[in-house]
Amino acid sequence: MKCSAPPETPVKYVEAVVWLPYHYVAGDYRAVYLRALKDKKILGSRCDVTKKVFVPPVINSPESFAPCSELVQVSDQGRITTFCIVNIPVIGRNLELPYVAASVLLDGADIPIFALIQECRTEDVHMGMRVEAVWKPDGQRQGDHEDILYFRPSQSSSSGEWPRPI
Amino acid sequence: MKRPVAVVGVGQTHHASRRSDVSIAGLVREAVDRALLDAGLEHKDIDAVIIGKAPDMLEGVAQPEQYLVGAVGAHMKPMLRVHTAGSVGASTAITAATHVASGLYNRVLTVAFEKQSEGNTMWALSPNLPFTAPLVAGAGGYFAPYCREYIARTKAPLHIGPLTMVYARENGARNEYAHLREPVTVEQVMETPMLWDPIRFGETCPASDGAAAMILACEELAKKGPRRPAWIKAAYTFAEAMWVPNRDQVSPKAGQICAGKVYEAAGITDPWKEIDTAELYVPFSWFQAMWLENLGFCAEGEGWKAIDRGDTRFGGRLPIDPSGGVLCTNPIGASGMLRLAEAALQVMGRAGSHQVEGAKTALGHAYGGGAQYFAMWVVSSEL
Repeated sequence: MKCSAPPETPVKYVEAVVWLPYHYVAGDYRAVYLRALKDKKILGSRCDVTKKVFVPPVINSPESFAPCSELVQVSDQGRITTFCIVNIPVIGRNLELPYVAASVLLDGADIPIFALIQECRTEDVHMGMRVEAVWKPDGQRQGDHEDILYFRPSQSSSSGEWPRPI
Repeated sequence: MKRPVAVVGVGQTHHASRRSDVSIAGLVREAVDRALLDAGLEHKDIDAVIIGKAPDMLEGVAQPEQYLVGAVGAHMKPMLRVHTAGSVGASTAITAATHVASGLYNRVLTVAFEKQSEGNTMWALSPNLPFTAPLVAGAGGYFAPYCREYIARTKAPLHIGPLTMVYARENGARNEYAHLREPVTVEQVMETPMLWDPIRFGETCPASDGAAAMILACEELAKKGPRRPAWIKAAYTFAEAMWVPNRDQVSPKAGQICAGKVYEAAGITDPWKEIDTAELYVPFSWFQAMWLENLGFCAEGEGWKAIDRGDTRFGGRLPIDPSGGVLCTNPIGASGMLRLAEAALQVMGRAGSHQVEGAKTALGHAYGGGAQYFAMWVVSSEL
């Protein structure tokens, strides 16, 4: 057997890449939530005991441990509770820097969601600011989180009472 | 504690951004050897091993404890791995303490590590969760909004974050094991780029390679040791759910409860007066002010004032992170254990150049996840 010559410099490290697709199950509540996004509706679930509304919907409240039996619709508008301006890239993401990642409490919800804020200068974003969802056009929504492209400063007031029965 | 437990040996590696001289196993072994040497013990004297590290995605090695059984000396011994994200080093040590307190084992080795240079932490902590918009950019991206909320609530002046880093680096300069040891000024920190506004590069912990280990023993064995032990007066861990209505991530409730339980069990009624020094888990500068309030050292809205007055500086009224803390050294999995180990070194009177004079009672603290896991202990020079 022929051996190759040993390397002139020691081998300090090797590079290894792992790539493996996984199949995550949404669960019934989350599946209904995702399907509703296709119709520009954001759903939550209401705790039987505390009446608090979780978005996305959960089957049981982690706080009261009670079931959240009722699915409700919340607004696609809300207010920024807090945020940061991201200036640092993450491998595999193509968001243009800087961008605003905000915690948004939708009208009718008791849990904030993370949201990308666009259509305004980063320095104009402030805590308490009213924002609204910008949806993918009709016919392009798939029933996934990408159906909401981003949030922008509200251009109209949120009408009516939230949450609403579905 | 069901029965007294003490820290009888402490070991840590030198921490750096790239420890290319050792493999993960070699790094871990370095801390274990130093802890054994410190305690005057050998592997045969150890009953069980409790190991911890932060998420496996950081190095891309699933269940590394499996391959580390030999390196930590657990061959033919009970071994357990603990996992509570960033707080894991602390909850690992507390798991070891409860193993001894239960009476099941008399002497337990506990070890924690991270080798951040082997992967990409920013990527590993920016998970693309299924069904969710991928917006969180690393730990800083998650925590920066809550630093902003703290500043807004308390009207803290903007130099407090940089000033916290100035004190941390002063301390790091005195700690021979620290990763970042160069002093900085408030102006220098202010000039560094904003990574996650309001968190600057200069207010962020480094990414470190490193490991820490401790040996914990029951009263009888602790008293036989070559050194004065650090007695664990109380140790608790608490968790809270990620999404709960009205959850306060500036001052998480589980942190308050955990601190309250630890103080109660340690007989502490006024932590500001009765604790001599504390090692708090502060990965981003503003968290020091936040934890001072969360842990009951200061009233709500007063934490930043203690820093501004210099009370938390080395030689001040209540020196915080005399080792330089996470802001100077962050091998994530080991960072929590380092907080507990540094607290122990202080009450043993063996913290060297960063010894707080006359320290008798010290708090070690860590948190992890989305401010979800809390682990703390109070150690004392007296049984």
